[in-house]
Amino acid sequence: MNTSQTYLDLYARYRDQLMSVAPDAMNACRDEAIRTFGHKGLPTLKVEEYKYTDTERAFGGDYHLSVATAKVTASDAPVVVNNDELLTRYYGSCVDMSDPIVALNTAFASECLCIHVGRNQHVERPLEITDVLRAQADTMEHKRILIVLDECASLTILMHYTAADQQHFLTTQVVEVVAGDGAHLDLYEIEETHSLCTRFNTVAVNVGRNATVRHNGITLWGGITRNTITVSLKGEMSEVTLNGCVMADKHQHVDTNTVIRHEVPRCTSHELYKYVVDEQATGAFAGKVYVAPGAQQTQSDEVNQNICIGSESHMYTQPMLEIYADDVKCSHGSTVGKLDETALFYMRQRGIPRPKARQLLIQAFIGQVVDYIPLQPLRERLHIMVERRLGGDLDTCAGCTLCK
Amino acid sequence: MLEIRNLHARVEGKEILKGVDLTIRDGEIHALMGTNGAGKSTLSNVIVGHPKYEVTEGSITFDGLDLLKMSPEERSHAGIFMSFQLPVEIPGVSMTNFMRAAVNARREALGEEPLKSTDFLRLMRDTQKLVDIDKRLVSRSVNEGFSGGEKKRNEIFQMAMLQPTFCILDETDSGLDVDALRVVAEGFNKLRNEKTSAMVITHYQRLLDYIRPDIVHVLLDGRIVKTAGPELAREIEERGFDWIRP
Repeated sequence: MNTSQTYLDLYARYRDQLMSVAPDAMNACRDEAIRTFGHKGLPTLKVEEYKYTDTERAFGGDYHLSVATAKVTASDAPVVVNNDELLTRYYGSCVDMSDPIVALNTAFASECLCIHVGRNQHVERPLEITDVLRAQADTMEHKRILIVLDECASLTILMHYTAADQQHFLTTQVVEVVAGDGAHLDLYEIEETHSLCTRFNTVAVNVGRNATVRHNGITLWGGITRNTITVSLKGEMSEVTLNGCVMADKHQHVDTNTVIRHEVPRCTSHELYKYVVDEQATGAFAGKVYVAPGAQQTQSDEVNQNICIGSESHMYTQPMLEIYADDVKCSHGSTVGKLDETALFYMRQRGIPRPKARQLLIQAFIGQVVDYIPLQPLRERLHIMVERRLGGDLDTCAGCTLCK
Repeated sequence: MLEIRNLHARVEGKEILKGVDLTIRDGEIHALMGTNGAGKSTLSNVIVGHPKYEVTEGSITFDGLDLLKMSPEERSHAGIFMSFQLPVEIPGVSMTNFMRAAVNARREALGEEPLKSTDFLRLMRDTQKLVDIDKRLVSRSVNEGFSGGEKKRNEIFQMAMLQPTFCILDETDSGLDVDALRVVAEGFNKLRNEKTSAMVITHYQRLLDYIRPDIVHVLLDGRIVKTAGPELAREIEERGFDWIRP
């Protein structure tokens, strides 16, 4: 039996339970989603968007389905589980529902974490969401998050993904983001799970007029990681920045796929992704910038820089521009290299042992991505997390509430 | 004491050093002069253990240690320091982190505790005053965007931080104007004690007006062909190298 069929069977078994716990707006999409998934199946390596990640392998395995029903008891945070009004209005509106992995998530998601910031509201303190995977058996979870910023609202969110138990975990997550006119969103995602974890994360952002959205994805530990980030610029004069860094070793697999759609004129987008792949790890980056007909005076720059350290490590990179307007300024570039041997020798002459010299150089390379984070305490904390990652420190995660 | 015996070395398959013998005793300053391509930089790179250079014959001992069996970092811990002809820019690595790693690695190798943060920063501050380097340079990434003179001054600063017993100054005068040269040379002289020895590589007499050598060698075509007192440097300044050629 193929892997896709096991998910169809699983759906048949759990459909009623899911329908009974989840809100109507989510249930309304459920059957359609499983039909989409049944029709398309898990994407093979021949599907352009998934050619670097073997989904058969990633979704194979015998997982227990976790049907979560949580409550948020936080007082002043703008977070609730299942805000019916928001779900009715926005659920499924940002993300490409025809994507088979999104469809799978939509079929199985049982709740949606909703974050809403009203018009002209500024959430002063950054919001941190720490996701700790816990289970006594191999478990799959399908998570859904909806973030809505009304006109001129602003918010900074840090989402921190961790795993506390040594089980196999399969996670799909879909984050839909609506950034209204004049809104300002900083969204940081950090993955620090472990080698038994498979994570398919899709972030889909719709950006209004005059808005600013910054996304920074930092992958430090994991097994198989796939991050899909799509941004649609739907209002003029907006600016979006997608940054990310990856440190992968052992048999880690990290695949990032970004699409920025300039649908209207006069928007700006920036992308900087840096990978360090060591040992037998595989990294992949595919970034497409699409400029629609008429989206004049678009400005876009895309950079992907990678260091392959291990002789058995692999890096695939694919920057893409698709432009249908004639008055635009777009650039893209990609490099794969090794550590600078001249710098390594200089440091060793000063007495710094080779492993430490390597660590300092990698930290400097990756650190550039972290330096773009405007919030100073967060920036410093992330620098420490990167340093610990390089030092091979697994015990703590540099100051999340659980490890303090 | 550094002792080099019958040293042969090649780089990328080409033999550059063809039997070098050289002894530098504690406290002595030796100048090494010679034409371009004679092997001066090869000799210094072999002493510090650059992986690109392959020693095919001969030996180097330093204070009784077999240098050729040691890694570059171990040679550094033993007290060998090279001021690079072209100091390397390392964007993103701060001078502070770089020096902290270097100082503490050396202390660890010598069986000492790493310096506490406050003690380390005090050492940085004191040393920066001693060698008169702008503190803004010390707070930047290693050599990034430094002028030629600033890079050479930074080499002397690092020397002061690490307190080596044997220093190689590889064309420290190249790319420096007279004032910068004087400052760098004075910095070096300030750091010397009666135990410190050095090998100064230069094309010109000028540097040797500030750092006075005890002995001057001429290296031509991979061999030391002449050794004499400081007057030899002056003679070369006037007459060039041709008269020395065997």
